[in-house]
Amino acid sequence: MTDKIAVTLRVNARDYRIEVEPRRTLADAIRTDCGLTGTHLGCEHGVCGACTVIVDGHAVRSCLMFAVQAEGSHIRTVEGLADGERLSPVQQAFHDHHALQCGFCTPGFLMLATAILEDNPRIGADDLRHALASNLCRCTGYHNIVIAVQAAAEKMR
Amino acid sequence: MTWVGRSLKRFEDAPLLTGRARFMADAAIGARAVRFVRSPIAAGRIARIDIPDGVSAVTGADLIGVKPFRPRLNRSDFTPIEQPILPTDRVRFVGEPVVAVIAETPEAAEDAVDSVAVRFEPTPAVTDFVSALKADAPRVHDHAPANTVVDAKIRPPAVEAAFATAAHTVAIAIRSGRQSAFPLETRGARADYDPATGRTTLTVSTQMPHIVRTGLADVLGMREDDLRVVAPAVGGGFGQKMCPTPEYVVLIWLARRLKGSFAWIEDRHENLMASFHSRDQAHTVKGAFAADGKLLAIDVDLLCNIGAYSCFPVTHGVEPLMAMAEFPGPYDFPAYAARARAITTNTCPMAPYRGVSRPAITLAMERLMDTAAAKLGLDPVAIRRRNLVATFPYTSATGIKYDAGAYREALEIAAEKVDLPGFRARQMAARAEGRYLGIGFATFNERTGYGTPAFAPRMMDVTLGYETVEVAMDPSGFVEARIGASPHGQGLATTLAQIIADELGVAPDTIRVIHGDTDRTPYGWGTFASRGIVIVGGACKIAAAKLAVRLRAVAATLLQTEAGKVELADGRAALAGGPASIPIAELARAAYHQAHQFKDQPDIGLSARATYDPDGTYSNACHVAIVEVDVETGGVRLERFLAVEDAGRLVNPTIVDGQVRGGIVQGIANALFEEILYDQAGNILTTSLMDYAVPTAAEIPPIEIHHLETITDASITGAKGVGEGGAIGAPAAVINAVADAVESLGVAVYEMPIAPQRLRALIRAATGKKR
Ligand code: FES
Ligand code: FES
Repeated sequence: MTDKIAVTLRVNARDYRIEVEPRRTLADAIRTDCGLTGTHLGCEHGVCGACTVIVDGHAVRSCLMFAVQAEGSHIRTVEGLADGERLSPVQQAFHDHHALQCGFCTPGFLMLATAILEDNPRIGADDLRHALASNLCRCTGYHNIVIAVQAAAEKMR
Repeated sequence: MTWVGRSLKRFEDAPLLTGRARFMADAAIGARAVRFVRSPIAAGRIARIDIPDGVSAVTGADLIGVKPFRPRLNRSDFTPIEQPILPTDRVRFVGEPVVAVIAETPEAAEDAVDSVAVRFEPTPAVTDFVSALKADAPRVHDHAPANTVVDAKIRPPAVEAAFATAAHTVAIAIRSGRQSAFPLETRGARADYDPATGRTTLTVSTQMPHIVRTGLADVLGMREDDLRVVAPAVGGGFGQKMCPTPEYVVLIWLARRLKGSFAWIEDRHENLMASFHSRDQAHTVKGAFAADGKLLAIDVDLLCNIGAYSCFPVTHGVEPLMAMAEFPGPYDFPAYAARARAITTNTCPMAPYRGVSRPAITLAMERLMDTAAAKLGLDPVAIRRRNLVATFPYTSATGIKYDAGAYREALEIAAEKVDLPGFRARQMAARAEGRYLGIGFATFNERTGYGTPAFAPRMMDVTLGYETVEVAMDPSGFVEARIGASPHGQGLATTLAQIIADELGVAPDTIRVIHGDTDRTPYGWGTFASRGIVIVGGACKIAAAKLAVRLRAVAATLLQTEAGKVELADGRAALAGGPASIPIAELARAAYHQAHQFKDQPDIGLSARATYDPDGTYSNACHVAIVEVDVETGGVRLERFLAVEDAGRLVNPTIVDGQVRGGIVQGIANALFEEILYDQAGNILTTSLMDYAVPTAAEIPPIEIHHLETITDASITGAKGVGEGGAIGAPAAVINAVADAVESLGVAVYEMPIAPQRLRALIRAATGKKR
């Protein structure tokens, strides 16, 4: 179990050469080996979505994927959303519409919403609500998250 | 320009949106990992512990001189119970930590946990009230017969007289299922020993760093100043992160003993199994009503399952004693009898969770109102209208003073907005099509922002309540507000800055709120009991007003006028009615660097400190839920949810709405989805998110909010507490709506959560249908 393998993860357009045990999840590798702690762990069993990152354009629960499986893929995390100090449309909308309280679920929701809207910024209201039901938030009651993502969608159309 | 009342965007957001915020698990990286071997049985003896060679571990036998947790109330109806840090003889619930294992990485520590062999000898367990109360029930703690550890009573003679003469007596029994506060970030901590100073820093995901330090230093026999407690970004708490626990004691003990850094991050399985639970209550309620629906007396029996141990500092009295004191709620009636018991069982310990007992007492009172209304042929609005307190200040049947609120206004506005007659017509039409719609009202009030005057009657060893704030302007004109309380998502860094900005005449973005570090902040209690904006906000207002006096004095010297003529606004100190003015930042420079000019001042520099310790102020609301029940599946769909609420002055309306909605959704979860379950042997059945159903955006309708703003002098800022109200009213509104929907089938609903299988069973039993 403890023999490590060398892998290269491409995260936010940068290569990280790391050595991991085969059992290391992508989430742990991103957080501990790449030092990108913006990706959070709320359950480690694939339900809460706090660990959501974008892998090759798809929103993925990084707690359910092994780091070694992600070699060769392009991974995006919350740290890569803003352009310098300029927030992405989804980040800005979360700020403008008070879509976060404690902020623990926020990176996961930002990545989920970014993937949804990059795929289809014209997604209908019902489909959007159901897509956002992939992730859990304990603080906001979801209301402002839905509103923020709708507002970001308008900007991204 | 004033700042209070504006929906300023939050100063907290930037690091949280960009992944730069540091949460507990981020702070743990680099420390040696600690994980716990936990009891797999609910009750029994520890016969033998085998730790393989090469595994580094700590057992209770190693913790010489470490005291157990023993929170206490000084009253004769309270029986204290002790929690060993790591037990050496008996275990009392599934998940109780028994052995701590240390390794270089979390993975290695988890492997090592699996290699430790503990032999347990199981003994009979009790998990529910009914079996725990039997005379021959196994005792969870030997000194507590019938497992009863609080037994409080009030029984004035007027109650019996009222029941004897009342036109109607209505009796119901309600059941509130066990729930987890479920912060999305689990608990965790890291302890670092500093060889240079001999001090230890505990970084811990907590809502109350100062009291955690007090509790931990006490059991470890440390000087408090040898321990620094720091809260990083906290990913929700809702009560679960108030109380110190054994894991933190072990980390500090290890750091001091081995002079290093040790961290534990709870996983979700541990969190659902062994972090605190809440709300496991059963109430039997009798109400005496006059012929016109006026409530004359209440007689209630309150049972609270408090689990295996007691939580510091609030103790296992917190649920039963709050339920007893606050049961009368928003209704005016003269005679009240109650018995409130805490029952200890072989289950995870209870701690406060958003609303504490009030979701359950509101469910009981609001089901009683609807049940009485049906019996008397009144509608739900009429019976509430007849009974709500209407003149203030009011003193409740338990002697608590209510400051003014808008109880009837909230009900009337809610009734108008949902158009009750219109809904009844729609409900009838739907029923003709075989569809079951229901409407539920919940009116309630909530004691918020209460200090030591309110906590003192509970006779706690540690009486909670005040908050102290230090507000200081530095030589560059920027302001720091150091608060003893520690927020976990409420936005206090923004709202407190708004309050201070108005007093000092500066912009809120020049004010930084410092919290979550016992080295940097004055002693204080924390964020719980809907108190942040009332008590910390009040202390900020007083301290900032004191600082403003200093600024005016400095300005008066520089402007060669009297302090009384100086106005502070828009970043400048100006002579009232004249053109002369100075930037406040220049006053700050002068106060520190030209101090010789201000020899008449009592002190050098610009800082002020204030404590606020109020009696408390009552928020109130009316919640309305409209649901549709699928009688074939027992599924409940929420069609509409409305809250008309009065939390006094809204310091930041958008943040208030966020608090209200977040609370309501936790309340909806309480009513329909979430329940921690045990089997008879005390095995917990709900330790993953596949079994514990937390609602998503798909289950929640848009929530409408309407505000009323009754300002009273019970709160120096005019703000009333808003953190818990949503969670308090929503469960009763939803359950009343479900009950209304299925009432025509002869189904009576008095329990929550009313998950589909449970509702379906009730429908089946009532309609005699097999499926
Ligand atoms: S941490 Fe990956 S889904 Fe919860
Ligand atoms: S903001 Fe706290 S969990 Fe979503």
